[in-house]
Amino acid sequence: MFEYSGKAICLGDDINTDYIISSRRKKDTINPDELVQYIMEDIRPGLASEINKNSLIVAGENFGCGSAMEVAVQVLKSAGIQIILAKSFARSYYRNSVNNGILPIEMDTSEIREGDIVQVSMDDNRILVTDIRTNMVTSCPAFNGKIKEILSIGGIVPYIRQKESKCQNSEDE
Amino acid sequence: MSMTMSQKILAAHANLDEVRPGQLIMADLDLVLGNDITAPVAIREFAKFGMDKVFDKTKVVLVPDHFTPNKDIKAAEQCKCMREFAYDHEIENYFEIGQMGIEHALLPEQGLVGAGDLIIGADSHTCTYGALGAFSTGVGSTDMAAAMATGKAWFKVPSAMRFNLTGKLGRWVSGKDLILHIIGMVGVDGALYKSMEFTGPGVATLTIDDRFTICNMAIEAGAKNGIFPVDAVAKEYLAAHCKRVPVVYAADADAVYEEHFEIDLGSIRPTVSFPHLPDNTRTIDEVGEVKIDQVVIGSCTNGRISDLRVAASILKGRKVARHVRTIILPATQTIYLQAMEEGLLRIFVESGAVVSTPTCGPCLGGHMGILAKDERAVATTNRNFVGRMGHVQSEVYLASPAVAAASALTGYISNPEKLEEK
Repeated sequence: MFEYSGKAICLGDDINTDYIISSRRKKDTINPDELVQYIMEDIRPGLASEINKNSLIVAGENFGCGSAMEVAVQVLKSAGIQIILAKSFARSYYRNSVNNGILPIEMDTSEIREGDIVQVSMDDNRILVTDIRTNMVTSCPAFNGKIKEILSIGGIVPYIRQKESKCQNSEDE
Repeated sequence: MSMTMSQKILAAHANLDEVRPGQLIMADLDLVLGNDITAPVAIREFAKFGMDKVFDKTKVVLVPDHFTPNKDIKAAEQCKCMREFAYDHEIENYFEIGQMGIEHALLPEQGLVGAGDLIIGADSHTCTYGALGAFSTGVGSTDMAAAMATGKAWFKVPSAMRFNLTGKLGRWVSGKDLILHIIGMVGVDGALYKSMEFTGPGVATLTIDDRFTICNMAIEAGAKNGIFPVDAVAKEYLAAHCKRVPVVYAADADAVYEEHFEIDLGSIRPTVSFPHLPDNTRTIDEVGEVKIDQVVIGSCTNGRISDLRVAASILKGRKVARHVRTIILPATQTIYLQAMEEGLLRIFVESGAVVSTPTCGPCLGGHMGILAKDERAVATTNRNFVGRMGHVQSEVYLASPAVAAASALTGYISNPEKLEEK
């Protein structure tokens, strides 16, 4: 069981990776902790100072389209984002989110407004998303199989490290 | 059982009898690819696993093709990181400058791609290998790191769109025009997460190079992969390049497709994508007067020998317009040599074009042909996003090698059909 509550930052359709973090900033560094200050500077100036671990990204169709470079995911993670709700994700952004331990939840986000407090709860069967302002509850299928394991440990790097140490342990035995 | 061709390949690599769209699986990989931009990030992630070996040193491929030959110190450092990793881990398929070619032209040519393979690459155009009946798709650097460590990757099983092809392409019409037409029809997110499966009697009329071009741009419609059946044309190419026996998967007769399109190849016109998205297409008849400054013929989309032959057939005995810089990039050293032996390089140079060593360079605004403010290029590449080839106020028009070559001669986007036969 997982429970989270956050304040919605609402974005539109086709938010591309360059909008999330501009390519001109990536020329100097791809360290997400340094790039956090530039998040969405071209489409939402000032957002970088508002966004924190109590924020939740709410987007429309095709979130994260464009480049497959992972820094566009890692910069949101560095800012504290744990969950992204979107009508749909670009496939490389979806993969990169899972691999970096951010939950990409696909659902109809059209009724959620900027600043709404949104609760997300998840068990083995389903994910429930509740908008406190409208009291609207959306049910989405739970993550399953390996993706669930990868997300629950925070990404594919810790996932593989854990598996490797288990393998070594069993070899020792 | 009712599975598409893509689903069958995924099921086989996950040791499952059946998979359904949306199912999450862990699958065994036949090949893992990285380049000089994505591999260094993957190598840093790989280091975090604390493993001293990659899962299989014959199944990791490293190709320094983007900012090479090293365009600046940063590019040189990236390549050095990859080279050292390749030597440390005894990666057999590391291709140094001199053997290197543009990755998606190089891997099939080197016989590294087999029919029925499951391949991931940390490059979005990895979907190219569907031309040979492989399931291949682009991923991020962390995926590549995990794959180098374990030989596995997770997949969400895609649903599919079916494109049933009939008829035959016209004289100056190519696979590039077909895929631009399709992207214009379905949109840049029209195939999001899905497979694009090409079937029908028209498939047999498409050359293998046409098929590489078509699968290469599946990602520009948002697709996970593009794939062709393994027919006589594919088998002939595989027999000449790949030592392994092809593993042929075919879609079940009752496979479910979310969407179905009928396309008469004879109806496809030379097609151009206007700025700033690949789906902003017009036929050559609707282009109007568009003056250009540069032509680029090359890239993982259109830098193969048949592309160069078409361009040469148009440029032969003619001169490019005085105000146009024409840059031609054979995609691999083998293609370069072949073009030399066939006399194509002489034709290009005599027409006023330059011929480059293999590199992705100009396609992503890296080097070897950057655009200034307000300049326009016709390119046989795959993306025309804002600032893709240089200045944010420059423009890229995507087209076939025939349209690009014809445009180089006139200085305006031009129809190859209208050039006088020579």
